[in-house]
Amino acid sequence: MTKELGLLLLLVVVSAITAAINPLFLSGVNLLDMANLIGLFGVFSIGEGLVIITGGIDLSVGSMFALLGVVFLDLLTEYEIAWPIALLAILVGGVVLGAIQGFLISRLKMQPFVVTLCGLLIYRGAARYYTTDSTRGFGYGDEADTLRTLAAGHVYGVPNTFIFLVLLAIVMGVLLHRSVFGRYLYAVGKNEEAARFSGIRSNAVIAGAYVLSGALAAISTVLLVFYTNSVSPSSFGNFYELYAIAAAVLGGCSLRGGEGSIFGIVLGTALLQVLQNLVNILGIPSSLNFAVMGTVILLGVLADQQLQARRKAAAAAAGAARAAAHAPALAGRGQET
Amino acid sequence: MADTLLELAGITKTYPGVIALDNVSLRVMRGEVLGLIGENGAGKSTLMKILGGVAAPSAGTIRIDGHDHAALNVNAATRAGIAFVHQELNLFENLDVAANVFIGREKLAMGPLMLVNNAAMRARVAPLLARLGADFAPDTPVEMLSIAQRQMVEIAKALSIDARVIIMDEPTSSLTLSETERLLQIIADLKASGVSVIYISHRLGEIMTCADRVVVLRDGRMVGELGRDALSHAAMIRLMIGRDLKSLYIPPRQPPQPGGCDMADIRTTAFPDRTASLSVRHGEILGLAGLVGSGRTSLARTVFGIDPLLAGEIRLDGKPVAIGNPREAIRQGIYLVPEDRKRAGLILEMPIRENVTLANLPHHARALLIDRKSEARTARAQAASLSIKAPNVETQAITLSGGNQQKVVLAKWLSMQPRVVIFDEPTRGIDVGAKTEIYALMRGLADRGVAIVMISSDMEEVIGVSDRIAVMHEGRVSGLLERDQFSEYNVMRLAIGQALEAAEGTA
Repeated sequence: MTKELGLLLLLVVVSAITAAINPLFLSGVNLLDMANLIGLFGVFSIGEGLVIITGGIDLSVGSMFALLGVVFLDLLTEYEIAWPIALLAILVGGVVLGAIQGFLISRLKMQPFVVTLCGLLIYRGAARYYTTDSTRGFGYGDEADTLRTLAAGHVYGVPNTFIFLVLLAIVMGVLLHRSVFGRYLYAVGKNEEAARFSGIRSNAVIAGAYVLSGALAAISTVLLVFYTNSVSPSSFGNFYELYAIAAAVLGGCSLRGGEGSIFGIVLGTALLQVLQNLVNILGIPSSLNFAVMGTVILLGVLADQQLQARRKAAAAAAGAARAAAHAPALAGRGQET
Repeated sequence: MADTLLELAGITKTYPGVIALDNVSLRVMRGEVLGLIGENGAGKSTLMKILGGVAAPSAGTIRIDGHDHAALNVNAATRAGIAFVHQELNLFENLDVAANVFIGREKLAMGPLMLVNNAAMRARVAPLLARLGADFAPDTPVEMLSIAQRQMVEIAKALSIDARVIIMDEPTSSLTLSETERLLQIIADLKASGVSVIYISHRLGEIMTCADRVVVLRDGRMVGELGRDALSHAAMIRLMIGRDLKSLYIPPRQPPQPGGCDMADIRTTAFPDRTASLSVRHGEILGLAGLVGSGRTSLARTVFGIDPLLAGEIRLDGKPVAIGNPREAIRQGIYLVPEDRKRAGLILEMPIRENVTLANLPHHARALLIDRKSEARTARAQAASLSIKAPNVETQAITLSGGNQQKVVLAKWLSMQPRVVIFDEPTRGIDVGAKTEIYALMRGLADRGVAIVMISSDMEEVIGVSDRIAVMHEGRVSGLLERDQFSEYNVMRLAIGQALEAAEGTA
C-alpha cells in the first residue's frame, strides 16, 4: 500500500502546485472534464494492468478501439440494429479478439509483444480497409439515445464514465486482490513454472487476462465513441495503448509481472490526466505534452525503485539481526544463503 | 608439498548483528586438496568470498607468497592465482567455450578496430581442454554442453589465468556418479601438476576420496582439522554438528500395506523408445537411484502430469487413473516435490501463507473469494508441525534458508491429502540438521500410509533412508534392491546397467 500512498501524495502535490499557479484548475468545469477523461482512460488501463501483472503486454487496445468503433457505428447507423444488440456484439468482438491473442500467447507460446503488436497493425488495417479510410459518425437520427445517456451523461454533474470507473475499480479490485483468479494472476506472473507445479492451469489464467483486457477495451470503445461522436479509422485511439501502459507502470505494475494493484492503476491514470490538464491550464505549449508525461513517469518510477531498494536493504538488515537474535547457532546464515 | 601457498591468519568477519567468521586461521599448501566442510551457515562461503576478494575481512591477515594483505580485491585475488568454480555456474550459454574462458579479457585483432580474435582464443583454449580430457571443442556453444562439461569450462577458465588455487563450491551437486568420478580424477591431475584445490562439499564420500586434509567450520569458527589418516564419516559429521549423528535410517512402524501406485510400462518424452515400470506401496520409502539423465526426473514429471505420458498406465490401488496435467495428478493425491525448489517449488516473492495454500486455494475460498484467515490457520499449523523457522507466515519465502524453503514446499502438500509423494532430490543444498528433519518427515508420511518415492543422487541418502531402492539406467528400471542387498557397489552396478552378481545377497 505504501506505493499507492506515495502516488496519491504525488497526485495531491502536483494538483496543489497547479492550482496555486492557476486557480482555474480547481474550477468545477475543469474538474468534471478531468473526471470524465479519467473515467474514459481508466477502464482500459485496468485491463492493460491485468495483462501486465501476468508478465505480458497488450499493444493492441488502441487499434481495437478503431476497429470495434467503426463496426459499432455501422451497426447502429448503417444496419439500424437495436443498441443493446450492437453493444453485445461489440463486447463479444472484444472478448473474441482478446481470446485469440490469449490463445496465441498461452497455448502457442508466442511472445505477448509480438502477438499484440501484430494485433495493433491488423486491427488498424482492417478498420481502414473496411471504411475505405472514411470517418464514421452518427446520423441525424436519435440512434441509441438511451445508451448515449448512459455513456456520456452525468449524475448531479458527475460524469457517468467516472462513476462507472469507480464501480469497475471496486469489482476488479475484489477480483484481483481477493479472488482465487486474482491470486493465480499474481502467481503466474511471478513464477509460471511453480504455478504449474501447484496445479494451476497457467494457460487459462493468462488467456483470461487477455480476454478481460479485450472486454474492457470493448466497453471503452463504446464510451469513447460517445465522447468523440465520430470515428476516424486512421487516428481513433492512436497511442492509447501507451497511455494504458504508462498508467499501469506509474501505478506500480512491473513489466516483469506479478506486481501491481487496481488502486495504483487508477491513480496512475488520474495522474496522467492531471499532467495533460496542467500543460493546458498553465499555458505550457501543448507540443510539450508528451515530454512532460514522459519526464514525470521516468522520475516517478526511478524514485519508486530507489525507495524500494532502500526498503529491501532495511528488511535484509532486520532479517540478519533477527537471525542473530533467534538462532545464534546459525549466525551467518544471512550471508551464506 | 611442503611449502605454504597461502595462509589466512585470525580472519574475522562481522556483519551487522552477525559474526560470520570468528578468528579463523587456515593454510593451503602447494599441490594439496583441502576439504572444507560445515553446515550451511557455518561460514564457508564467507571465507571463500574473502579469498576471492569479494568481501573484506573485519580483522586478520591474508598471506600470499610471504606478503601480508589486510584484504584482497577481485583483481588482486586473480593475480595471486585464486580461481573459483562456482556452485551455480556463471557461464554465458549463448557464447562458445573459448569466448567464455576469455570473457572480460578477450584477445583482440585488427589494431584500433578492436575486433575479437576468435581464432586466437580458440587456439589458446584447445590445449587446456585437452589437459582436462574434455570431449568438446573450443568453438562449441555452451548451451550444447551438459553441466559436467560446463564445469570443465570453468576449470579451463581457471587454468587459463594460471590459477594456483582453485576453489570448488559444491561442484558435484548436479553431476552424475560417473561425472563425479571424472571430476575427482581431474582434481587428482591438477594436484599432481602442483595446483591446489579447496573442495567444499556436503558429500562426505567425495571428501574422503579426494582430500589430503579437511578443515571443519561450525558457526563461523574452525572447530577441527583432520589429516588424511584421521578421516572418517563419523569424525567429520561429529565435528560438523558437534554431536554424533544417529544412523539416517528410521525403520517403519509397520510393514508396507497392500496397494499403492503402479507405474506400468511408462514411456516418457526423454526416452520415447524405452518403457519404465515401478511400483511403490503405501507406507514405504522407495529410493530411486541412478545417474543423472537416467530418466528418473522424467518419470516423476510424467506421473505428475508435467510431461506428456506417451504410453503406459498409472494405477492407484489397482485402478487406472488418467493424468494429463498436474491438476489431475493433485486431484488423485499424487504430489511432486520438484528438484529445483526455487524455480518450480515455490513462488519466492510470495509469503509462506500464499505458498502453502497455492495448490489448494479453492478449498480456502468461499464463492471464489479467498478466506485469508483460513489460509493463515492452515499455514500456521503447518509451520508449527514442520517447525519452519520464520517470524510468521507472512514472511516472504525468499528470505528463508534452503531447508526452511523446502519445508514450505512440503507444507503445501502436507496440508492436503497425499497418497503418493515423489521427492526429487529433496535435500540438495540443505544443511545436515535440516536433512535429518526432512528424512523424519518423509518417514512420518510413510507411517501415515503414504507411498513415497525419493529420487536422490546422494548415495548415503539413498542407502540410508530407503526401505527399497529402485535403480534406473537409460530410461529403464534396471533393478530393485531390498535392504539386505543395499550397498554402494550394488547401486552402482545397476546404475551403469550391469546385472547384480549372483552371490551378492549373502556377501
